[in-house]
Amino acid sequence: MSQQAVNGVSCRGKVLTVENMNPNVKRVEYAVRGPIVQRAVQIEKELREGVKKPFTEVIKANIGDAQAMGQRPITFFRQVLALCSYPELLEDNKFPEDAKKRARRILDACGGHSIGAYSASQGIECIRQDVARYIERRDGGVPSNPDNIFLSTGASDAIVTILKLLVCGEGRDRTGVMISIPQYPLYSAALADLAAVQINYYLDEDNCWSLNVAELKRALNEAKQHCKPRVLCIINPGNPTGQVQSRQCIEDVIRFAKEEHLFLMADEVYQDNVYAEGCKFHSFKKVLFEMGPEYSSTVEMASFHSTSKCYMGECGFRGGYMEVINMDPEVKAQLTKLVSVRLCPPVPGQALLDLVVNPLQPDEPSYTSFAKERTAVLAALAEKARLTEEIFNTVPGITCNPVQGAMYTFPRITLPQKAIDKAKAEGKVPDMFYCMKLLEEEGICLVPGSGFGQKDGTFHFRMTILPPTEKLKVVLQKIRDFHLRFTN
Amino acid sequence: MSVRQEISSNVRNMKQMEYFILCRRTNQIKEELRQGVRKSYREVIDVSWGDPHRAGVKPLSFVRQVLAACLYPQLMDGDKLMVDVKERAQRLLRTCAGGSVGSYSDIAGIPQIVQSVSEYIVRRDGGAPCHPKNIYITPGSQWALTNILKVLVNSEASPRTGVLIPVPCHSTTIISLTALGAVAVPYYLREERSWALEVEELQRALDSAKGVCNPVALYIINPGNPAGYVQSRKCMQEVIRFAAEKKLFLLADEVYQDCVYGKESEFVSYKRVLAEIGAPLSDTVELASFHTASKGLMGECGLRAGYVELVNLDPAVMKYIHKLFSTNTCPVLGQIALDVMVNPPQPGDPSYPLYLKETQHIRASLAENVRRVEEVINSIPSFSCQSLEGGAFAFPRVFLQPKAIERAKEAGLQPDTFYCMRLLEEAGVLFSPGTEYGQKEGTYHIRFCIMTPTDTMEEILKRLSTFHKQFMKEFS
Repeated sequence: MSQQAVNGVSCRGKVLTVENMNPNVKRVEYAVRGPIVQRAVQIEKELREGVKKPFTEVIKANIGDAQAMGQRPITFFRQVLALCSYPELLEDNKFPEDAKKRARRILDACGGHSIGAYSASQGIECIRQDVARYIERRDGGVPSNPDNIFLSTGASDAIVTILKLLVCGEGRDRTGVMISIPQYPLYSAALADLAAVQINYYLDEDNCWSLNVAELKRALNEAKQHCKPRVLCIINPGNPTGQVQSRQCIEDVIRFAKEEHLFLMADEVYQDNVYAEGCKFHSFKKVLFEMGPEYSSTVEMASFHSTSKCYMGECGFRGGYMEVINMDPEVKAQLTKLVSVRLCPPVPGQALLDLVVNPLQPDEPSYTSFAKERTAVLAALAEKARLTEEIFNTVPGITCNPVQGAMYTFPRITLPQKAIDKAKAEGKVPDMFYCMKLLEEEGICLVPGSGFGQKDGTFHFRMTILPPTEKLKVVLQKIRDFHLRFTN
Repeated sequence: MSVRQEISSNVRNMKQMEYFILCRRTNQIKEELRQGVRKSYREVIDVSWGDPHRAGVKPLSFVRQVLAACLYPQLMDGDKLMVDVKERAQRLLRTCAGGSVGSYSDIAGIPQIVQSVSEYIVRRDGGAPCHPKNIYITPGSQWALTNILKVLVNSEASPRTGVLIPVPCHSTTIISLTALGAVAVPYYLREERSWALEVEELQRALDSAKGVCNPVALYIINPGNPAGYVQSRKCMQEVIRFAAEKKLFLLADEVYQDCVYGKESEFVSYKRVLAEIGAPLSDTVELASFHTASKGLMGECGLRAGYVELVNLDPAVMKYIHKLFSTNTCPVLGQIALDVMVNPPQPGDPSYPLYLKETQHIRASLAENVRRVEEVINSIPSFSCQSLEGGAFAFPRVFLQPKAIERAKEAGLQPDTFYCMRLLEEAGVLFSPGTEYGQKEGTYHIRFCIMTPTDTMEEILKRLSTFHKQFMKEFS
């Protein structure tokens, strides 16, 4: 290979070109790790090389990665996983008995007693059984069948798999998928990749990002003219918006899905991240069953969960699952075929999920410290959520809805016309222009609202509430100061 | 019900693996054994996957110690772990955001690990340069392959995109192609010549695609799966020239590169052969090469870590590829295993003696298994097995009698699936049928993993021989 080829200078006569590559791939964007993050990484490199900047570190408040921002993992989980990785440690008396018991049970379920063996592609059976029991406990006894549980490589993998299954048809019959605006851009990326039709329904910013059925109806009816709407996606608690939908809202969505024959995808990965007074997580499945057999035996649904969020924050394990409800057995057989292509989800992630759904009981030795750690994490997040809303709302030109749940704030920013014009002149979307400037001047990396979708003419950014409290206060102040400078 | 029957036709067209039928029966048999039902065997030996740990091979201690230390750093207090384990764990934890394996990694993988992989590739290929930005670490090599196929395959194009694949071929790849809406264009490996790949056959395959699809890529597996061949340099040069001439993107599945045992065999990478051919081909032939932590001596299939190296791709296309890989990253533990794979303990390191002992044991067991498998299989008249040179499997041809084939048809099974089903029920051994991988019409094969402890392999061969005699007698 000549140096020229290695350095990426383009050569003539390529087999794979921008013109003949899959056109759908060209439409894939994922703002959470997009251009602003690339610039942040570059700046970090410059800092390491000693380039002088007005700041000494880049604060990456762009991605919902709690441990990257200093949150500690749950000790008990890591003990069990260490035991699973290196079973010789089962002889070590520094590990508590309850950790060893769980490790042994997991290893017994692995091929050759090793987490290095492939598992069944749907996931280790006893773990799926544990997930089903967890769901039953969570939902006050509503039955859950382990055969309807599919473990996955993060919730993202399961979400993409369901979409792959459901997107079909040509032209005006092409599957339409309803997704909230703003949304988590995994959805828009997957829809672009699959050439599905994205149907946007707008959350109501003036009412705490609530969801109105009237808006669902509007979006659906408009979409019917150019596609075949078949799927409705909802993220609750919301990302990026942080709202926790009311029980009434969830009932309304279920009713709407039944009336319009839509497959419901309920992204519930933040189900343990609920902070605001008066807010409660209601699982779609529980509400569905409480609405009686007319609904519970007909509405088709998939609900998603993950080990990346809540109090565990174990993003790097890629653990997750989906539960499919009322899925036609023939369709489920097709789903089973589809998941077999990626062989199996990472076994350590499956093991971690097992610990999450099978938490320690009060009579177990490690319970007290486990409960303490869990409470501390959730309390810290709740405090940071409150602090963020409070401080942002003191800034003229920044309006922040309460962060009721999840891990983000999505404030609206008012930009002076001058700035909007300058952005456009530079070929940048105004909120990207804003965020880039914030990055260059303060070393804070956020994601512009345009990456998530927003009402025309409005601008936002998404910031995580994950930095440690003291650092978060500094970040909020810096953003306040920056905003005042920017808007003058 | 709105969803019934209205699913993606690409998904519907995916072939159901024979494995599912056998797996279902295996689970039933395991349950029967648990309940004390009497059989001629006490446990089922499952060698249907390339999964050494499942078959009883032990994980390498060094990698597991490093993983444990990374998961639970308190382990590094005190003297339980060797110095080099601690150093490796500490170095790797420093590369993780927040110093934890629980944080997301960068899109293409943890940069320092990507760097280690690129240095490994340079060493492996005798100095041919490798740029880290051409490497993507993914949850298993099939994940990377699916992403690259996604870029190549335009499912809405007319004619549809075609990909040349070998017969026999890794089953997951075949299914992936269908799922993406691509057309598989089979080229037959020549069984009687040790599964040789002949360029004339590539040409015939390409010709057969005229009017059917638009072939854009040539998929090669070397060392082979399921067949146990290792390609010669000469063959690889011919393949590269063919790809260049016919404007095909080369997909080189090289996941078994560390499993080579044939006495005359040597693994050399497609990248290296391409570099040795020199300009202009070395600067123009577009190549994707795949490797993994699942195979080789580590066999860490369950950790899900693999990578792709992209060579000579258009930089404009690389920008889109980068975005495609951005939505889901490789588990950090898998990346750590990959780091150990490309950078194992060296002579002089405290962990080296144990590492050497363990790897030598695995290699010696594999060599012994190869010897025994060839000896036993070749001594049975209705079997024929090409010499095993590399990979993790034996793929002997079994000559089934007309009566057996008839009985299979009555049972609604492919003849080799029928054979495998009977083998499972009567001997408690799970193989996979040649149907799964594709084979010449009218021929039947069985595949089984040979990366097992030696006594397990003896037991398998014993059960197989006994069963086979009875089966042949029954259908004579």
